[in-house]
Amino acid sequence: MNDSIVKTLGVAFAICLICSFVVSSTAVSLRDMQNENKANDKRMKILQAAGIFDPSKDIKEQFETLEPKYIDFNSGKLLTGSSLEEFLSEHKGDYDQIAATRDSNYSKSLSTSEDIAIIKNRENVGKFYLLRNEDNSINKVILPVRGYGLWGTLFGYISIENDFNTVAGLEFYEHKETPGLGAEVDNPKWKALWPGKQLYRGNEVVLEVIKGKVPEDDSNLAYKVDGLSGATITSRGVSNMIKYWFSDSGYANLFSELDYES
Amino acid sequence: MNLNRYKEALFKPLIDENPITLQILGICSALAVTNNLTVTLVMCVALTSVCAFSNLFISLIRNHIPSSIRIIVQMTIIASLVIVVDELLKAYDYETSKKLSVFVGLIITNCIVMGRAEAFAMKEKPLLSFFDGLGNGLGYSVILIGVATIRELFGAGTLMGYEILPLVSNGGWYMANNLLLLPPSSFIIIGLFIWAIRSYKPSQVEEDDFALSKHQTSENLTKRELNV
Repeated sequence: MNDSIVKTLGVAFAICLICSFVVSSTAVSLRDMQNENKANDKRMKILQAAGIFDPSKDIKEQFETLEPKYIDFNSGKLLTGSSLEEFLSEHKGDYDQIAATRDSNYSKSLSTSEDIAIIKNRENVGKFYLLRNEDNSINKVILPVRGYGLWGTLFGYISIENDFNTVAGLEFYEHKETPGLGAEVDNPKWKALWPGKQLYRGNEVVLEVIKGKVPEDDSNLAYKVDGLSGATITSRGVSNMIKYWFSDSGYANLFSELDYES
Repeated sequence: MNLNRYKEALFKPLIDENPITLQILGICSALAVTNNLTVTLVMCVALTSVCAFSNLFISLIRNHIPSSIRIIVQMTIIASLVIVVDELLKAYDYETSKKLSVFVGLIITNCIVMGRAEAFAMKEKPLLSFFDGLGNGLGYSVILIGVATIRELFGAGTLMGYEILPLVSNGGWYMANNLLLLPPSSFIIIGLFIWAIRSYKPSQVEEDDFALSKHQTSENLTKRELNV
């Protein structure tokens, strides 16, 4: 009786219906909390990149100390005055630059020759953060960066000292690299290699992740970071990411303006 | 209602019929998630609840499952429960869920859950099946917690993130054993557990599948047969 075709199909259908209802209602009802967790995780990474994260304090509160700023990538300049107000009112203070890359009104598709970090679409406006000293001068700039690794895009934040050349920290908040190999970008030991490295020599972006270990007597020690062993393509992806975001099409033109402001 | 059967279903899998040490099931997650006690505890709770509830639901509809699609029906129920657990973790314990990453999803393929559903829940009453699932989940947890305690304590000098043995690198006296932080070490520890349990309860020792013949050299063999 149980094995008749009608009963088999009926049971299969009923089980699928009930299970899909349970799964989808859990997913929908918990989505807000999960998104909040994700947003908090991202805020934590930004604070960690800036080097000011304190686990004993509330993340949101700490995050308020950072000052959001916007850059227009088409001109490489800061968004200020009326264009900033227009932009903020359009997005109601809730701008998601990753979502913007999926909308052709707010992003630009990059040509292959430009797109060295393989990000495909570049948003028109980027949101970054300033950490100020008590006298209101700039202490650090925390900039969003992303680039393609082996399995997917690595999303992160890099913070730069107020000489706009020295790296202060690098954190990734999302990536799909292989655990134990490429995912070692999250390894605190590797991340600790970044502070103090120099981005530019003259006007050229020279900082890169090399293959293997940087010899200690290397004259270009400040421009090289040890590669991740077994993860050549991820390492190359991180190099390309740095090269793209600190070139003229990224943040290079921003720094002179910030320098003037401070 | 026979209380003894419930007791048996709940407590027998702890040592006597432990799913890991006797049935050697669910080893892969035991290797992967035991280098940190906090993560292990969350994984144990996740597996125990999935195992208990999948047994309960499968047992509830056991008389209506067509035998031709029973495995798929079991898998659908188990997979749905695992997704629910995964979503709950992402909402309420985001940090741990990030550390567990794929291993929560891999509960779907955990042999313990599937094995209990097929071997027990398909035949027994719902409440008894629920206790059986609970018992087996706890049996899994006992071993995992043991392995994780040894690995975290002697591998990193901490327990649940709190420093117990001060490390040399932090100015203490304990030199951490890094092997214990790598997955192969749990193989060794589980092996030692199996050895200990089977010496304590010799009835668990399996009979040899075949007897090894004694090594001997016949006098009549030619030099060529002896490879000399």
